[in-house]
Amino acid sequence: MSARRLPEGGRIDRSALLQLTFDGRSIEAYPGDTLASALLAADEAIIARSFKYHRPRGIVAAGVEEPNALVQLRSGARTEPNTRATTLEAYSGLNATGQNAWPSLKFDLQSVNRHLSPFFGAGFYYKTFMGPFKGTGFWMTCEKFIRKAAGMGKGDHSPDPDSYQTSNAFCDLLVIGAGPAGLAAALAAGENGDRILLIEQDHELGGSLLSNPVGGQSDTWLAEMRARLTALDNVKILTRTTVFGAYDSDVYGAVERLWDHVETVPPHQHRQIFWQIRAKRAVMATGAIERHLAFGHNDLPGVMLASGVRSYLNRYAVLAGRSIVVMTNNDSAYGAAIELAQAGASVTLADLRRTPPDGLSKRLDAAGGTVLAGHGVLCALGRKRVSGAQIAPLDERGQSCGAARKVDCDVIAVSGGWSPVLNLWSHRQKKPVFDESAWCFKPSADALPTLTPVGSAVAAGTLQNTIADGAKAGAVKGVMPDLASDNPDADHWVRDISPVWRITGANGKTTGKAFVDMQHDVAVSDIELAHREGYVSVEHLKRYTTTGMATDQGKLSNMPALARMAELLGSSIPEVGTTTFRPPFTPTTVGALAANDAGHHFAPTRRSALHDWHVENGAKIMQAGLWLRPWYYPDSGEDLDAAYRREASHVRDHVGMVDVSTLGKIQVQGPDVAEFLNRIYVNGWKTLQVGRIRYGLMLREDGIVLDDGATARLGEHEYFMTTTTANAAKVLALAEQLLQTEWRDLKVHVTSVTDQWAAMAVAGPNARDVLASAFETVDLSAEALPNNHFVKAIIDGIQCRIHRMSFSGELAYEVYAPAKFGYHLWAQIMAHGATYDIRPYGMESMGTLRIEKGHVAGPELDGRTTLHDIGLEGMASSKKPFVGSVLRNRPRLADKTRPTLVGLEIQGDTGAKSGSILYDMTGSTDNHGLGWVSSTTYSPALGKYIALGFLAEGRERHGQQVRVIDFLGTGTQTATVTSPHFFDPKGVRQNG
Amino acid sequence: MIRLNCPVCGLRDETEFTYLGDATARRPKMDETDPKPWVDFVFFRDNPRGSHKEYWHHVLGCRQWLIVERDTVSHDISSSSLAKDVSA
Ligand SMILES: [Zn+2]
Repeated sequence: MSARRLPEGGRIDRSALLQLTFDGRSIEAYPGDTLASALLAADEAIIARSFKYHRPRGIVAAGVEEPNALVQLRSGARTEPNTRATTLEAYSGLNATGQNAWPSLKFDLQSVNRHLSPFFGAGFYYKTFMGPFKGTGFWMTCEKFIRKAAGMGKGDHSPDPDSYQTSNAFCDLLVIGAGPAGLAAALAAGENGDRILLIEQDHELGGSLLSNPVGGQSDTWLAEMRARLTALDNVKILTRTTVFGAYDSDVYGAVERLWDHVETVPPHQHRQIFWQIRAKRAVMATGAIERHLAFGHNDLPGVMLASGVRSYLNRYAVLAGRSIVVMTNNDSAYGAAIELAQAGASVTLADLRRTPPDGLSKRLDAAGGTVLAGHGVLCALGRKRVSGAQIAPLDERGQSCGAARKVDCDVIAVSGGWSPVLNLWSHRQKKPVFDESAWCFKPSADALPTLTPVGSAVAAGTLQNTIADGAKAGAVKGVMPDLASDNPDADHWVRDISPVWRITGANGKTTGKAFVDMQHDVAVSDIELAHREGYVSVEHLKRYTTTGMATDQGKLSNMPALARMAELLGSSIPEVGTTTFRPPFTPTTVGALAANDAGHHFAPTRRSALHDWHVENGAKIMQAGLWLRPWYYPDSGEDLDAAYRREASHVRDHVGMVDVSTLGKIQVQGPDVAEFLNRIYVNGWKTLQVGRIRYGLMLREDGIVLDDGATARLGEHEYFMTTTTANAAKVLALAEQLLQTEWRDLKVHVTSVTDQWAAMAVAGPNARDVLASAFETVDLSAEALPNNHFVKAIIDGIQCRIHRMSFSGELAYEVYAPAKFGYHLWAQIMAHGATYDIRPYGMESMGTLRIEKGHVAGPELDGRTTLHDIGLEGMASSKKPFVGSVLRNRPRLADKTRPTLVGLEIQGDTGAKSGSILYDMTGSTDNHGLGWVSSTTYSPALGKYIALGFLAEGRERHGQQVRVIDFLGTGTQTATVTSPHFFDPKGVRQNG
Repeated sequence: MIRLNCPVCGLRDETEFTYLGDATARRPKMDETDPKPWVDFVFFRDNPRGSHKEYWHHVLGCRQWLIVERDTVSHDISSSSLAKDVSA
């Protein structure tokens, strides 16, 4: 045994014992433990295998910065890869396995990758793609092997069985981090009456104080702070919650882990909550993270951060080793060393500095430890865990300058100084400044008036300063409880640091592989290789070597990599600069971010007022944008093909009714509507009389066709515009934009009334009889109500409008009724129509009918076509300007050889596919062709497959044959080019 | 996320708005027949670093078009007003 649980101490509850499973082995833990502290107490050295080389890796840290101890948590659909054992609270039934190892952690066959390590160096991927292997198929051969061998945990493909929620929070002050600075800020502001949100990622408030000696004076202070904060109604405290991102306008994203600390989520509970926080201001009390040092085999299990070893000792009562070598370039590790010695470990402290601090050295000496000034660890010794350290005297650059000797030990605890946790600051696009005395990047003062970093996050010198700093940022008034400064070990880290992060032999090279980024297996040698290959920018270096790009975002690796880069470039660290951190601060469950916006809640669902009738009457429903629409109404045994052909024939032979409620409907009101319509449509509107309807086409500002639809003049100053279903929102926004920004001279108001009106089209030879029967008092004769006229009508007291117009080419009417009466009206028309054999028809047959007529729709108005392309250039008025009237004549748009709308009669007994390409009957198809197929159907009226398409010089090609080629499937067909008006081109039927 | 101060609705999330672009680009008069000013208006925009007046549409709110002055570097919003109230 090497690591062990101490008989007393720690912030753990020894009255209960938890049973955990790691890699199939039973592990004991106490409430208050993390998985990592339990594993350490059980002396489990190897927790994972590394990403590329499958080197054994153990626990390094005790917090979010942990790069190595990542486990696969749970199994099945709830499995979670890459979970940091160091932040995972122990719970009864916890089941985790080591990652990236086969067949087992302790004996991993894939560690053969280690011997290929020269092959996996910096830029490996780039070189494989770009270098001598390019195009040789070598990559293809190796990829499977490499992808299997290199990697981390495994996801599961089954749906997440847990639920998540989004919540919104507003506050006067958001305090991020409940260490001493954050607690002081929250209390100072809270006692002033501000609405405070205090957020802590740990399950317990206290931050760094939790790892200071338990039972000391800081405990008393912590208890008092907690009590006073809890007593305030205006302070909301969220623990187990991580503020993962800071955004513009003082918006913060946080995830609260409600039930990750139990085996299964209780019924009817959300596992996590995604908080969107809008704060008036925020205090960033996020603390600092200790840095690693680069030396040979510094990734061996047993090499840990000094702060981690200290945390396990004080918070979890786990002594990480019997014999511990501490290596430091600053004062802060002395506290750890003294406490470890007091706890019974044999401690040797190698201080990289020539002159160690006198007082601290004496205290370590008194505790039984040994200080070696101007010494460092050249390399860790041992195969699967640390068994010793090669220690040598060093010069001021960290280079060996004397004989090395072996010291037996089971833990090497290192401290390379501390880095303020400034990730959230970085999210706000602010560049940190370099602190020359603390040798760290830190947020600059006052760069963000609403985000104040405090305490260790700005390298505050002492615990007292940290608390005062927090209180000042929280409020000016609040009264702080005193904290006697008997914590001499908590506050030395910013002083007297020696900027050495790499320990080398006499030859200037590390003694064995020395890692900077352990999670991505990036070694000092990779940084050096990148430098030799000419990389000078820190951002390029990061991407080329992948340093800092693993799930820990380089929380430990950043500074050693920058320091080496600066050395190689012969410049300073601030000159090299640091990379930009991005959200999330720690890995965040996508399930929480998506919350309820998943599955069919991903977008709103729109149902027409008539939807229930369609469902009750057996319609197959299809999704059209956000809308659910009836696709077809199958009789028994019918498939789509049979049903739509029958429905289309039925309309032409008898009568049918289709739901057109989804059309965009805009109420246009005001004295200047005619002028407004004149400007927005290509055709003229000044002559439209009350009671009449006119079809209109509108262009975009660039001259491309935007939309079409009919507008009825309901009264002197009142018009009712319809748009296509797809463009309803776009047209309304355009109208609002023009009226509010450019045409403020026009007295016109536009309002969407799409949802206020149900609409149904009754079409077919019997249409007049059906409506005459349903609306008894209305004269629907051709004389009284010709095409493009409307009439008001009443049925069962419901005020409706009957518009006479046709999309199908048959005698047809559109009936509009207030949405809440839509269902009743539809049912009444169906009932009255029974005598005339009325049947409902759906989207598919509606498409057939309009294709037979050559009417354009979405597939033709695809954002690329001009008026001339769709054969409607005659509609454009030459007497007035309109939106797009100048730019539609740009040379490329006015080019007469552009593909124009044609009909295509397909030979054979299968239809053409939309998107097929049109070619001459002979010649190469190795080009873009002459045009394309836009809409396609079987035409029951013509008894053949037809299509609409666009064909170069199409109007001149009527009667010719073309090849229709679907490069994705059915191959080549032949079609005869025709007019797009296949059926009843003179429009006799609709005018009857 | 940016939050915008709508003169009608108050401080609201960016997700309620849609963005159009430069509010200083002037649409030629309706009777302008020279394509040049139209090409300029439709296709060419400056991409300033710093202060930028731009149109935002409160599409999930009051449906008013706003002119917002935003710093394209810091995303600081210095003013927002209803487009229809601003003299061109
Ligand atoms: Zn608004």
